[in-house]
Amino acid sequence: MNFEHTEDRRMLADSLDRFIAEQYGFNERDRIARSDEGFDAARWSQLAEIGALGALFPEDVGGFGGAGFDVAVVFESLGKGLVVEPFLGALIVGRAIAQAGTAAQKERIASLIDGSTVAALAHEEPGSHYEPTQVATRAERSGDGWVLKGAKAVVQLGDRAGLLLVSARTGGADDDAQGLSLFLVPGDAQGLAWRGYRKVDGGRAAELALDQVKLGADALLGAEGKGAAILEHATGWGLLALAAESLGAMEVAKRDTLEYLRTRRQFGVPIGSFQALQHRMADLLLEIEQGRSAVINAAAAIDGSDRVAREKALSAAKYSVGRIGTRVAEECIQLHGGIGMTWELPLAHYAKRLVMIDHQFGDEDHHLARYIALGKETSQ
Amino acid sequence: MDLNFTPEEEAFRGEVLQFLRDKLPERLSNKVKNGLRLTREDMAEWHAILNERGWLANHWPKQYGGPGWGAVQKFIFENECALAGAPRIVPFGVNMLGPVLIKYGSEAQKQHWLPRILNGEDWWCQGYSEPGSGSDLASVKTTAVLDGDHYVVNGQKTWTTLGHHANMIFCLVRTNKEAKAQAGISFLLVDMDSPGVEVRPIITLDGEHEVNEVFFTDVRVPAANLVGEQDKGWTYAKYLLTYERTNIAGVGFSVAALEKLKRIAARVQRNGRPLTEDPLFAARLAKVEIDLENMKTTNLRVIAAVAGGGVPGAESSMLKIRGTEIRQELSSLARRAMGPYAQPFIEAALHEGYGEPPVGPAEAAPLASQYFNNRKLSIFGGSNEIQKNIISKMILGL
Repeated sequence: MNFEHTEDRRMLADSLDRFIAEQYGFNERDRIARSDEGFDAARWSQLAEIGALGALFPEDVGGFGGAGFDVAVVFESLGKGLVVEPFLGALIVGRAIAQAGTAAQKERIASLIDGSTVAALAHEEPGSHYEPTQVATRAERSGDGWVLKGAKAVVQLGDRAGLLLVSARTGGADDDAQGLSLFLVPGDAQGLAWRGYRKVDGGRAAELALDQVKLGADALLGAEGKGAAILEHATGWGLLALAAESLGAMEVAKRDTLEYLRTRRQFGVPIGSFQALQHRMADLLLEIEQGRSAVINAAAAIDGSDRVAREKALSAAKYSVGRIGTRVAEECIQLHGGIGMTWELPLAHYAKRLVMIDHQFGDEDHHLARYIALGKETSQ
Repeated sequence: MDLNFTPEEEAFRGEVLQFLRDKLPERLSNKVKNGLRLTREDMAEWHAILNERGWLANHWPKQYGGPGWGAVQKFIFENECALAGAPRIVPFGVNMLGPVLIKYGSEAQKQHWLPRILNGEDWWCQGYSEPGSGSDLASVKTTAVLDGDHYVVNGQKTWTTLGHHANMIFCLVRTNKEAKAQAGISFLLVDMDSPGVEVRPIITLDGEHEVNEVFFTDVRVPAANLVGEQDKGWTYAKYLLTYERTNIAGVGFSVAALEKLKRIAARVQRNGRPLTEDPLFAARLAKVEIDLENMKTTNLRVIAAVAGGGVPGAESSMLKIRGTEIRQELSSLARRAMGPYAQPFIEAALHEGYGEPPVGPAEAAPLASQYFNNRKLSIFGGSNEIQKNIISKMILGL
């Protein structure tokens, strides 16, 4: 048994942490998070140079990592810095291509790893509310290729992306698990209409309307109608990434709150000397350590071959950080008092990110229900 | 035991409802119900409507222009206003300073300041908290030194809600540095147009400008603006805080928020059924509804205990804690109900006159912001931790 990361992973985490401390401090992050662009192209390519993107992919597609713990290490560091650059899109789209792509499609992964292409998953829809098989967007054959029509919701940095992974139905009813297909769509394809906006926790997302978007035969990723399994695989990486990101953000929130309890004086003493507050901080520590274990479980399970075990661990991790992250956010604001409510305090932005992670790829209730459903699959 | 209002109280409720139907502008109640940000003019408009009816200063006795209501009537009024989507009464002049002046002010002060509160000539804000004194209110450091017939004020106040709209601020100031903590504090009324007063915005985590810092540099304040006696301000400050805690349970706000939440949850579909039929969400909804039903009765029990007069004591700390927890849970559930659509932050959609179609569900735009903004409920007005200290000491005798 060994819970130490390998030296390579520790070095990667160190260089990421150093970059964030030196180049991506709170003021810089705030500037980027509020910008119209929604991310910073220069910082993005610097992060790519450090290897933060290469670590997300295995060697056979041009990366130098790609295991569960590689992804967890990178996203934990990103969470510590509240990085808004489009790592999640690169991971999910890249892993989907790596899993199901043709040789020609896999060549596109290089541009994801060097950061020259921004990628986004366009899957959720206005009515889907986290349900992965609830897809009303349709794809119909047209000659050799396809025509897509429909709408996608809250696509992260969608209107800045050069490459989109779009889910669409080639068969079945709107809520059918079968009949989903995936398409690689260039960001400048005819018929895409965007409505972009800022996000509560910084950065940017957009609503997407697809109106008769014409695609070649080579746009289809994987087999027709078999997209659900590829999506589950790719968004699984997303769940692990978000859980690890949350853990990084929790650690900073805890560190800052602890520092505040030690230094803030009321009634002539540091407020950290009050037992009522000590116990609450102890509870947070306990919760965060449980969250860390959940992330470790998920990172270990994601490379395994047992689908149900893998998906259960991923849902367990997302459920855990959803619940714990929200609690950490609320408690850390409360323990800070009024100052915790202010924009100028970094803690408030960690709190917002922690809560908003629960709104990506399913909240704690969604993953609790999914965990129960997966358990029934095993016993059947 | 009878949980019903008396026929007289029911008649009063009917009168309030009729007034709200006739006089509450739909434009204002729509803004409140949709979570849009209210302007100074919106708040002043509602104050003027209430004042015309004589219902603005509902804590004041009749002789000073109040309606002379008892605790039950005040509760009914505040509850029905919240349910109807009326803007909140801005409490600083009407509910905080007013009662202090009535009890401790000089005759001249009452005659000068009270009518100006009612007619909106003065907009008051509260100068209590300082950067180093939040929960430990008695540790105020802002000083006032008597120089002839003026006090000279130096220091800083913070968390000054709506201070950017105000022309007057009531302040706790230290007039005696030798005296220990609570002794040596005075209660001073300061014109914010005086030279040396500077208001700087504090932007909260939801991007809103609601609170401020107020700086005082050699601000000269007429000695006539001292309320009561010098160095006795702590007594007046504490008296004010008992009024700060009236209606602290916010039951009306919660009932309105619960109704809205149920409407939203019935429309949001999850797995082909409304969210109200999702077992996990339905359980969350039921739990908060039960908490709220219990809270309503706890609130009425506290009110009944003081129906003969006065204001609630340490019991109001229970109302503050549980009342704010319920309001926070309700806004947390509204945020959850939005699913992925909690993420967009479209600031223009939080103001009146946004013409674009909504992103996601029609109600979505303000809900995540409101959730974050409502974190303040358990912090301000005496943090919930301070309320627990009060309960431990005053009720439990620990």
